[in-house]
Amino acid sequence: MTFADYTFILIGMFIVTFGIRFVLFAKAHKVVMPDFLERALKFVPVAVLTAIITPMIFSTDKIFSAVVSNEWFVGALSAFIVGVWLQKQLLTILIGVTVFFIVKFVNS
Amino acid sequence: MPILIDMKRGSLASIPMIIGGIPFGVLFGSLASSYELSPWFAIVMSLFVFAGSAQFVAIGLIAVDAPLWVIVSTTFIVNLRHLLYAADLIKYVKQLPLLLRVLMGFGLTDETYAAVRPLYGSGEICERAGYYTYLGSFLSFYLMWNITTALGVIFGELIPGMSEWGLEFAMVATFISIITPYLKTYPFWLAMVTAGGTSILLVSLPNNLGLLVSAMAGVAVGYLADLQYRTIKPVSNNEGAS
Repeated sequence: MTFADYTFILIGMFIVTFGIRFVLFAKAHKVVMPDFLERALKFVPVAVLTAIITPMIFSTDKIFSAVVSNEWFVGALSAFIVGVWLQKQLLTILIGVTVFFIVKFVNS
Repeated sequence: MPILIDMKRGSLASIPMIIGGIPFGVLFGSLASSYELSPWFAIVMSLFVFAGSAQFVAIGLIAVDAPLWVIVSTTFIVNLRHLLYAADLIKYVKQLPLLLRVLMGFGLTDETYAAVRPLYGSGEICERAGYYTYLGSFLSFYLMWNITTALGVIFGELIPGMSEWGLEFAMVATFISIITPYLKTYPFWLAMVTAGGTSILLVSLPNNLGLLVSAMAGVAVGYLADLQYRTIKPVSNNEGAS
């Protein structure tokens, strides 16, 4: 790839990323959100983030076999249990990452 | 200085996710090295695009020589969720001047939304001055992301194989820590299970289309369950009281 290709990639990525984030803010005083949309939007973070990470958690192994040897699954499950149970964000991240690396180390 | 206090509140609320983001940023920089891209390319991308998961997907596509339109349209789809975050934040930003809205739009990430949105919801920050807290969160993540990208580029050159350590698990753990506080009523559980299940079924769809479809399925199921939840909740409360 040439320098121009890289430049176009960066410009293109900037335009779509910033465009998506800013387009509604640009006319924010005129945008009226219907009530049903307001109520649906609160499910967005849970749905989107789950859809991003679930294939990452399960793709490295067969889903229903040998889950204990899959550091992705065990690490994610540990983080999930800590998150639901204790509701401490930093603890959730640290325990998830620690378990992930312990299982990965034991398996290797 | 009340402004500094407000900004600090945003930074403090972001600390757990900043810690989770550090390995992720280092990994991004080191991947760019391992794909033999120019070090400047990764650094400039973090400076101007500032979108963690989209940047990952993009350099993966660049490494396999994908055409420009595929890279840009995939970035579009992966980032489309931010449109929904923006829609949810409109009521808090609509009275702010344009320049502030430009800055806040540029800094609208999963993490800043997750850190700041609950503060608006609980009334800890208001529409008038809440943007300081938002900017405090944005600047903290922006600094972290750009410093760790540069570190990753440097260390990636020095330590080959770093990109195979599994540092991207830090993103998984961070996202789980954003999701779990929502799981207080069953519509949110249903939204999560639907989005997760659908994303596995659709994982082979091209250009991350499965992500978009499963996210929308999760939102739809959550919304429908919420309608039902609201109608039965008062009844069950009365039953409990009698």
